[in-house]
Amino acid sequence: MNRWVSRVLQAAGLVLAVIFVLPVIWVVISSFKPGTELFAWPPTFWPKSATVSNYIDALNKGNFERYFLNSLYVSTLSTILTLVINSMAGYAFAKFSFKGDRLIFYTFIATLMVPLQVIMVPIFLVIRRLGLYNSLWGIIIPPAATPTGVFLMRQYMITIPDEIIESARIDGASEWRIFWLIMLPLAKPVLTALTIFSFMWRWNDFLWPFIVISNEQKYTIQVAIANFVGQFYVDWNSLLAMSVLAMIPVLIIFLIFQRHFMKGIAITGLKM
Amino acid sequence: MKSKRLQLIPYLFILPNVVIFLVFVVVPALYGFALSFTRWDVISEPVFVGVGNYISIFTSSSFWETTQRTLVYVLTVVPLTYVVSLLLALLVDSNMRLRTLMRAFFYVPAMLSAVVIGVSWRWIFGDYFGIINYFIERYGGTPINWLTTPGWAMLVVILASVWARAGYYMVMFLAGLQGIPEVYYEAAKIDGASRWQQFWRITLPLLKPTSLVVLVLCSIESFKVFDLIVTLTTGGPGRATTFLVQDIYRWAFQRGDLGYASAMSVVLLLILGLLTVFQFRLTGIGGDAYE
Repeated sequence: MNRWVSRVLQAAGLVLAVIFVLPVIWVVISSFKPGTELFAWPPTFWPKSATVSNYIDALNKGNFERYFLNSLYVSTLSTILTLVINSMAGYAFAKFSFKGDRLIFYTFIATLMVPLQVIMVPIFLVIRRLGLYNSLWGIIIPPAATPTGVFLMRQYMITIPDEIIESARIDGASEWRIFWLIMLPLAKPVLTALTIFSFMWRWNDFLWPFIVISNEQKYTIQVAIANFVGQFYVDWNSLLAMSVLAMIPVLIIFLIFQRHFMKGIAITGLKM
Repeated sequence: MKSKRLQLIPYLFILPNVVIFLVFVVVPALYGFALSFTRWDVISEPVFVGVGNYISIFTSSSFWETTQRTLVYVLTVVPLTYVVSLLLALLVDSNMRLRTLMRAFFYVPAMLSAVVIGVSWRWIFGDYFGIINYFIERYGGTPINWLTTPGWAMLVVILASVWARAGYYMVMFLAGLQGIPEVYYEAAKIDGASRWQQFWRITLPLLKPTSLVVLVLCSIESFKVFDLIVTLTTGGPGRATTFLVQDIYRWAFQRGDLGYASAMSVVLLLILGLLTVFQFRLTGIGGDAYE
């Protein structure tokens, strides 16, 4: 390519990339401004007197620590559950042929087209009937059976040679042992990808906890933030600090596992 | 070669997933379908009303307005997201410097929760203290009441949606681009094809499967928009950014008419189904994912 064209593209790309993260950066910067400066006109770019008082306020006032811990608890447990049951199902679909295997697999995938938004009314009733209303288990168990996870696990495990399993069987290993001690260690890359995605999905979930939880003590961080906005007077100081705190876990995970993110999306996207 | 023996084992392995699916997807879906033929306020007994709810829905002007608004939103967001994410992918696919950093930057919004994105955009596009209005004022313009004027509010919601998702689909396109064999481009170059021709004749046609996935996922994603609206505009001003899912929620959990809300859900599901079939037809791709 022409050197000039490529230089222009390079510059345009960088500018665009910065514009893309600017809203996030602006929220982070704003969250360190004291109340008076937050609504100063014209606004200052860097906080003149940077403060963490917004964070302290948010943590004290709104029971925010509780919401943060609830989110952490729900995301962690739900992710562990997802990893176990999705890899089990993925293994069955990848390495066994059984009656109805295709039908069940396709039904799993098809449920991607039936979003929670469409079944939220009956879900609410089912959750209540099962006594899961206002229980954190009501947001841990149901979303754990992700179709995407089953799909990811199956696509990866299918590439693991059958000979490994066959020889383990000949050595007398039980199916359960083969799964735990042979398949799972071999599937580590895809398990990592699924861990990251699942944690992020659950951390960012809003509608599930919004439907299942009404007790303020059990709010997750997302529900708490949304509830905060719903009030007539918006307390921007605390709201911005809360939003930044809600971003931090996913941003940290992203920084550490950037590669896996990209790979995971590529796998789900390519062969669907 | 797959094992034919041990018939019970695979069923045990899929059991936990199947149980959760049955209890939390299949049963609710059927239950919701049944509910759509009743009138029910949770407290009293449900009353069978036949297709009454559907008749009320289709004769309600509010439903058609909301549907129209949802369609405007979807039909703007989907093509915009498609073009933006494809352009971003083309940009970071070239071997320019800092491309890894750029990819990361473009992807950042895709990781944030819609709730947080709503808050952020509300802050930036605020009528009085928003930074956007500051810049407009500074360069001689008149500040705009972004979130309290119907048309502008819709625009902000659309832009926020595209911004939030472009990075995710960019990665999909990136994978698609990297799956195109280099030899095609080399051959085209030898034949004297310009980069423009290469894009239209090689890149775009070979990206067809990826394009389909992006279009289907993005359409579904747009039809079910909810969280973003809750924190960005709460559906307003008036009902200017109230979409179908907001209405379902309102009918079910605020007005307590579960039958009507269920019927609306069935209608939304039908729209999603038809749309998906239509997109598969349009691009002429079926394919068996199981192979």
